[in-house]
Amino acid sequence: MNIVVLLKQTPDTESVIRIAGDKRSIVTDDLKWIINPYDEFAVEAALRLKEKYGGTVTIVSLGPQRVVESIRTALAMGADKGVLIDDEVFEGSDSLGVAKALAAVVREINPDIVLCGSRAVDYDLGQRGPMVAEILNWPHLGLAVSLESDGAKVTIERPIEGGKVTLEVDLPALVTMGGSHAVWNPRYASLPGIMKAKKKPLDVKKLADLGLDASEVSGDAARIRITSLEPPPERAAGRIIDGGLDTAGKAKELVRALHEEAKVI
Amino acid sequence: MADCVCVVSEFRAGNFRRVSFEVASEGRRVADALGLPLYGIAVGSGVSDKAEELGFYGVDKVFVADDAALEHYVAETYVPVMAEIIQGLNPAAILLPASVDGKDLSARLAARLQAGLAQDCTEVVCENGVLKAKRPIFAGKCLAWCEWSQGALPMISCRPNVMDCKAADASRKAAVEKVDAAVPEARSRALSVDLDTSGKVELTEAEIIVSGGRGMKGPENFTILEELARELGAAVGASRAAVDAGWRPHSDQVGQTGKVVNPNLYIAVGISGAIQHLAGMGSSKFIVAVNKDPEAPIFSKADFGVVEDLFNFVPVFTEEVRVLKSTC
Repeated sequence: MNIVVLLKQTPDTESVIRIAGDKRSIVTDDLKWIINPYDEFAVEAALRLKEKYGGTVTIVSLGPQRVVESIRTALAMGADKGVLIDDEVFEGSDSLGVAKALAAVVREINPDIVLCGSRAVDYDLGQRGPMVAEILNWPHLGLAVSLESDGAKVTIERPIEGGKVTLEVDLPALVTMGGSHAVWNPRYASLPGIMKAKKKPLDVKKLADLGLDASEVSGDAARIRITSLEPPPERAAGRIIDGGLDTAGKAKELVRALHEEAKVI
Repeated sequence: MADCVCVVSEFRAGNFRRVSFEVASEGRRVADALGLPLYGIAVGSGVSDKAEELGFYGVDKVFVADDAALEHYVAETYVPVMAEIIQGLNPAAILLPASVDGKDLSARLAARLQAGLAQDCTEVVCENGVLKAKRPIFAGKCLAWCEWSQGALPMISCRPNVMDCKAADASRKAAVEKVDAAVPEARSRALSVDLDTSGKVELTEAEIIVSGGRGMKGPENFTILEELARELGAAVGASRAAVDAGWRPHSDQVGQTGKVVNPNLYIAVGISGAIQHLAGMGSSKFIVAVNKDPEAPIFSKADFGVVEDLFNFVPVFTEEVRVLKSTC
């Protein structure tokens, strides 16, 4: 099975996010970069499909040179090759511009299935997968917490509010991944894996390689942009319910305060 | 010039989901600010009979695609049907629910319409005819204001449980127009839908959440949180530590790699408050922390803190809640 994983590099989820001087971007100097956790689930799901059906797993990403490190991590986990779209023209692009670029690479690879995270833990746009599928005119299923395949179709479970749906799609198709580390348990890169990854092919593509025009995908073509960032409102210092009360006294006081002061129960 | 503002509703198992009414209410505010009528889009199976209800929340006219083949959401059928309706309406903006299905739909519909999508917004403002939308990024560690380029179609998905919902005015029924939309053949399909009918409250829609973390020490101990939740009519959540330990299902996880929640009251029990968790629940309107470690970072976010062993405190607290509920 020929598999593509769309991978985004994001700041580690433990990062403290600080707003930069331009008030429109974040300070990136001291950030630790990781594979977006949901994309890491996609890498794991892709490797499991490969173990069952053979074939190749290609990692496709868009971003600056530092993204190479995350692609190499996925190659060390067991993926076969990588493609990085690295071109300044994508500075300020919106989701649709990025999706057009990713779709152009996917079209060239012509895989049986594309997997990617349902969302990224940075800008949380939740758009990449469905947009790439739309551009390819492929079906897609979203937020998979399980994925089974017989080689010709794929079945997933998708949690919805107050329940779950089981969905099936004929390949080729795109699936976005939900779930958690506990569900997917993505494998670590082994030391031999890391050594091998250094020799695996990693292609870097520019806009001209994609057959796209800057007027479709550049920052200037963006339909939507972030105009300012602000920190979340500071919470006023809270109150510790104590006053020398025993357990029952604290419970009584908390209930009173929630009912009479906060009026939330 | 645009002719209307559009709102997309979500219909499941015979009823509109509440978020549809929140989106309609918000759409009404935007339409009034722009001086335009508000049109609703209702797609599903059996939706015709309910469509006029959207008028209770400010929708003037509803365009309905009612077909047995649209009973369950799959993008392949919903997106073309909705796109066809929308393209005939020339909207100034489209508002949608940022529910599970709504976010998926919004993204694909935005690509189909070549629109600019602000996903999962918590606020929309309209100044001198110009729309701006606010959305949390990094799971709420930062807030971003978004604007649209000249000529771009704004699409705004609205986070459930955040925007004000109008009180229903049952005297104001919407006009209903049935649309004869061709449902395309799809390569994807819903095999089964299992809705929990136990009345369990969904985290992203809950008014009150009781969440447990590593301090719960094991899966069996969550029964004391479930008892408290039952008294409060709350949903039960969990930190990543509790989910990774296998004590709770991933659908309960609150945080940067789980659900971002906005309840009126969030009670964090035995949760130390890792930055990823604080991101996921930090926008709760009121926060209570129960932890025996007075240095736990969760206390810096909490409106009320209780330094106690949770196993001693929670059952007593539950009993006090029970007493309160029985007297009011």
